[in-house]
Amino acid sequence: MSELLPSALFYAFAGLALVFGFLCVANPLSRNPVTSAMFLVLTIVSLAGLYILLHAFFLAAIQILVYAGAVMVLFLFVIMLLNLEEEERRKIRGITLGLGALSVAVIAGILIRAVVAARPSAGTTPLVEGGIRNLGHTLFTLYLLPFEAMSLLLLVGMVGVILLSKKDLK
Amino acid sequence: MDSQLLQYLPVLILLLVAIGFAGSTLALSVILGKTGRRTATKDIAYECGMLPEGPGSARMSVKFYLVALLFVLFDIEVVFLYPWAVIYKQMLRENAALILGGMVSFLGVLFVGFLYALKKRAFDWTR
Amino acid sequence: MDAIYYLDPTTQFVLFSIVKIVVAFVITLTFVAYAVLAERKISAWIQDRVGPNRATPFFAQYLPVIGPALVRLGIFQPMADGLKFLLKEDFTPAYVRKVYFWLAPALTAIPAFMTIAVIPFGSTLGNPNNPMVIADLNVGILYSFGIVSLGVYGIVLAGYASNSKYPFLGGIRSSAQMISYEIAMGMSVVAVFMVIGDLNLSKVVEYQGANILHWMAWKQPLAFFIFLVSAFAETNRLPFDLPESESELVGGYHTEYSSMKFALFFLGEYANMIAASAMMVTLFFGGWAYPWGGGAAQGFLGGVGHIVCFLVKMLVLMGVFIWVRWMFPRFRYDQLMDLGWRRFIPLALVNILVTALVLAALND
Repeated sequence: MSELLPSALFYAFAGLALVFGFLCVANPLSRNPVTSAMFLVLTIVSLAGLYILLHAFFLAAIQILVYAGAVMVLFLFVIMLLNLEEEERRKIRGITLGLGALSVAVIAGILIRAVVAARPSAGTTPLVEGGIRNLGHTLFTLYLLPFEAMSLLLLVGMVGVILLSKKDLK
Repeated sequence: MDSQLLQYLPVLILLLVAIGFAGSTLALSVILGKTGRRTATKDIAYECGMLPEGPGSARMSVKFYLVALLFVLFDIEVVFLYPWAVIYKQMLRENAALILGGMVSFLGVLFVGFLYALKKRAFDWTR
Repeated sequence: MDAIYYLDPTTQFVLFSIVKIVVAFVITLTFVAYAVLAERKISAWIQDRVGPNRATPFFAQYLPVIGPALVRLGIFQPMADGLKFLLKEDFTPAYVRKVYFWLAPALTAIPAFMTIAVIPFGSTLGNPNNPMVIADLNVGILYSFGIVSLGVYGIVLAGYASNSKYPFLGGIRSSAQMISYEIAMGMSVVAVFMVIGDLNLSKVVEYQGANILHWMAWKQPLAFFIFLVSAFAETNRLPFDLPESESELVGGYHTEYSSMKFALFFLGEYANMIAASAMMVTLFFGGWAYPWGGGAAQGFLGGVGHIVCFLVKMLVLMGVFIWVRWMFPRFRYDQLMDLGWRRFIPLALVNILVTALVLAALND
């Protein structure tokens, strides 16, 4: 039982992520943006389940904390701020459809190539174990520069949001 | 299934128990609860006895959006503090200047953003 | 009973987990019920009133002296309240958004119960392989913060679903308040984990276990203060109960709710209070460890003693929650945001910096 359980849970979470993801973008029952946002939250939580099964425990916690708990709350706030009731039905033009299909094909091509190139085998051990200690050690030695660059990115984000939302700048 | 992965199994069970509890209490109250008559007055939104005016959801201030976005940015900052805090004591022995300086400069840059937000009165709700 | 030890370890673990979950769940629910009673009795006492003293079940009159005494203490009040919640009319007004109207109370209650998973509420009950914690996660505190951050949805959706002005304003206000104080809360405990060097809450208890002098509350008083105040804001309790400040918003996000759906919001608030108290006991007051120390329990009775010790500490902190509610006036919304963003965030950052410097000085 204990050998079978992880794979069973993997298929369960992967299936849920796909179903919720589909319902997020193309829900046949509701065109309410809040419903889409809530299904996106469920997709994110299912992905966190997949991270746990991959032993990326820290990443799973962050996924819940930042994406499900912060970014999606922001989405809900924006939906309420804009007072969106029902998504408007638009006519889909041929050129939009064509361009959409093309970009999906390109992304799918890249993904398939990456998966084939990775050649997953049963015995691979990850470079960094999911534990927070190893991750911290790598982050603050090997990847210190990208980490510092992150602070600038966050600073730009902060300045940007204040500029955007304040009308009366002094 | 190794030990740390196994520890997440009770979390899953607890989630199912909690969902079951919430669902069953709601269902029980439907089954056992009294069903009253539905009258026109009962179906009016509560506004202290006055008749409701305008749509149910009022326009909200853009300040809430500002708070939510700043929250996302600060949340990411907090998330980076945790791996740092955990290895801080251990790294002090290896390379004290790197671990302290790395975080001080990271927080320093973000503190500039914080000061900018203060200066632009992003946290001022009196106006 | 011994047959359980012949099963394979995973099945054994799952069975033990289910027992622990059910027991912890029942205990939490009982605590919620009696926390409501305690709150009413203590508020009555502070305001020189009597408080609930009428609920009398049929069997109480047959008990000679104890029956009337229990009735006067209001011991049967929570049962009467629970029954009333079940039997009252569960009204869904016509103007609400139905699906979310039903979903919101459940989404408030579920995360409130999920947070208890990582809290070590005792050492062992004699079997060292079966620690008294539902899930001994290495990411410990981050799990709790993640679940707490999901609690916002119940409140936002309650405001959105009600399609009415007071709930809408209450829901938006409350969620903005909760996310603001999440930052202060998350930053304040970073200093604690710098000292301990592990996010696993069992390790946190182990570190403080030696004796009362090792408790984090003395080593990180500023972190404890910020965490305590943020916990009041996170649980939406006075002096930060702006989402439901009666004088301006009637009932806030649960204005339109009745019967069991309202009860689930109420339950969520008290379960959150219990979880916050339990988290503070674990982080700052040595968890299940006695003030005089002594490691993990050897036998069954020792284990029970640790659990009782944990619950006593938790009850004291819940007493603080209730006491504060009747001692401080409500903050204004701008004061609340000012405190969260402009005071606590810089304060928590300074605390982290000072801790870092002290640790660096001690190391060399």
